[in-house]
Amino acid sequence: MKYVDEFRSPETARQLVQQIRASATRRWAIMEVCGGQTHSLLRHGIDLELADCIDLIHGPGCPVCVTPSRAVDLAIQLSLTPGVVLASFGDMFRVPGTAGSLQTARVSGGNLLMVYSPVDAVRFAAEHPDQHVVFFSVGFETTAPAAALAALQARSRGLKNFSLLMSNVRVLPAMNALMGQPGNRVQGFLAAGHVCCITGYHEYEEFVAQHRVPVVVTGFEPTDLLQGLLECVKQLEHSSCRVVNRYGRAVCRSGNAAALNMMTEVFEVTDPEWRGMGQIPAGGFRLRDSFAEYDTHRRFSLTSEPCNIESGCRAGDVLTGRLVPSDCPEFGRGCTPETPLGAPMVSTEGACAAYFRYHRFPADSSREEMPA
Amino acid sequence: MTDQPHVADNYRGISCPVPPESDAPRITLAHGEGGRLSRKLLEQIILPVVYSGASISIQDAAHLSLSGKNIAFCTDSHTVTPIFFPGGDLGSLSVYGTINDLAVSGAVPRWLSLSLILEEGLPISVLRTILESAASAAGRCDVQIVTGDTKVVPRGAVDGIFINTAGIGEVLHPVPSGPETIVAGDHVVVSGPLGQHGMAVLLSRQSFLLEPVPSSDSAPLIEAVAAIRRAAGSSIRAIRDATRGGVSAVLHEWATDCRLTFELDASRIPVSAPVRSACELLGLDPLHVANEGLLVAVMSPDVSETVVRELHQAGCPEAAVTGTVVERDICPVTVRRIFGTAQPLDEPSGAPLPRIC
Repeated sequence: MKYVDEFRSPETARQLVQQIRASATRRWAIMEVCGGQTHSLLRHGIDLELADCIDLIHGPGCPVCVTPSRAVDLAIQLSLTPGVVLASFGDMFRVPGTAGSLQTARVSGGNLLMVYSPVDAVRFAAEHPDQHVVFFSVGFETTAPAAALAALQARSRGLKNFSLLMSNVRVLPAMNALMGQPGNRVQGFLAAGHVCCITGYHEYEEFVAQHRVPVVVTGFEPTDLLQGLLECVKQLEHSSCRVVNRYGRAVCRSGNAAALNMMTEVFEVTDPEWRGMGQIPAGGFRLRDSFAEYDTHRRFSLTSEPCNIESGCRAGDVLTGRLVPSDCPEFGRGCTPETPLGAPMVSTEGACAAYFRYHRFPADSSREEMPA
Repeated sequence: MTDQPHVADNYRGISCPVPPESDAPRITLAHGEGGRLSRKLLEQIILPVVYSGASISIQDAAHLSLSGKNIAFCTDSHTVTPIFFPGGDLGSLSVYGTINDLAVSGAVPRWLSLSLILEEGLPISVLRTILESAASAAGRCDVQIVTGDTKVVPRGAVDGIFINTAGIGEVLHPVPSGPETIVAGDHVVVSGPLGQHGMAVLLSRQSFLLEPVPSSDSAPLIEAVAAIRRAAGSSIRAIRDATRGGVSAVLHEWATDCRLTFELDASRIPVSAPVRSACELLGLDPLHVANEGLLVAVMSPDVSETVVRELHQAGCPEAAVTGTVVERDICPVTVRRIFGTAQPLDEPSGAPLPRIC
């Protein structure tokens, strides 16, 4: 298959591994920002292949994982509100809030609609004028344009029964926050290729100048990842730091103008809470005042208090690269893909789920029992 | 009320934390999707209650002896949205599903029951089309529909139409010796490209605008099983149709039975271009996606090439040896990917959820 097979060539992959080994005179700590990259690195065994020369730190770029519990709680409550249909991506359904998930809310009568695009939720709203459709909008800049398009479509169709429960976040502010954390040990970044398809990478130039770390825009196939790692290692070895695009078939410096224009028209930057990372300045989007009628928070006058959840889950440490998932005391015991304590165990992009799936841990059923 | 939704009028706001839910476990949709949760429901809740004696089995078809005759008996309930999908419909699906359970157990299907649960308001024309499809499918397989039942339930109690079929077949010896007889060195064969049915149904539910849309593989496996029998005789350890949970679910179940590890070679797993494209886009693994006309078989290595050749002659041109049984690894099923090292394959759990981005 074009654009896939050529980037999964075992021969090319082995050559790149050799080049990385030959280039590295020491072990470097490199963060892959995006959960999709984490998944691909582990699925293909690249982390183990390079364990002697690269310490991969898994970044916070899993949109499901960083959605705060209280946003999930609000979504659950809305789904249980008569006359409301709560629509979201399939991944969100199993993410735990304070008590339960959307999936368990459905068992209790929650009215849920799994969609693959926010635009599908708009269409559903148009076809069901007697119901109010709330689209629970999560994700990075990759999915934000589709949410903006949904608001624009709802307006152009004159819909009064559609709104967005916004929990969309921005990658670069999170990278800034990580660099400012005490004990940060990230020496180089693989920037999230799909986010850069939208945003471009010009904004990373200032980031590199400020933090003096290499940033390599990287794709998701095995040889994409290896090329990103090779570039990063070479820069580290030469004590240089630049933004380099190694995902040229998809990313250009200025990004996708049409998508960026739509986002600017509909959204403004805000300072949201990230699960596991706290409040991040300029770390997310909300709807502009001119789109207030499509803002679920304003339509329903929603308020919520932050809540402190006591559990053994250390998702925050995992999301900030301070803890390897398998070192969490709950990993594979209290916390499994069926009974996730934290969101990184839910999504296919979550680091904990990737470890559970692709690393070798005893897979017999003794680790988790179905309640009888 | 002008531009406000009616629900907001009496809405009193939300506070956090939300009220705690009852701790009593409940059935979720994931319990019905094959894979780990389905297996646990069966092993921990259903079998201990309804089966007595030593004959506990989770095989798809039971082999019984009646007046000196060996028969196979099985049942399967069918629901699919949409009722009509590329490559098939609920009528033929409900017939082939039960026929395939009988066939892979080593039996020749003979008789079927057909029970309908119909939703109030279902157009008679839809029912007629589904019944004609079921009758045609049974005729194609030389199987008679000999009894049945019809219930109508209020609107909303079922989604249009549910169909249960039960089947009786005649056991033909030699039957597969069973997954517990699998030994290291055995070969794993699949009869066709993976994931056709699951992706056809998933893509016809949503407007993905992907072209071409994969077509379901819904079809009888009688000829394929006969081909394996001709080629391998008593060297067959186990055959199963890989429905919900896909090939991965079948291999995980067998790995529990034989305490060995199934090691697949990613480059030898047949997947059609439309299914592969859709799976890549949605972040799904074809090994976890449902099939309705695909079997997995394990056999001794000396017969596998002959079996594949016979399958090619029997209308399964993409049948292939896709893996080997090895001594027990820490993981029950592994896949050799880009570096040639065996990477763990997880047991499916719940419906495969497309990723966000």
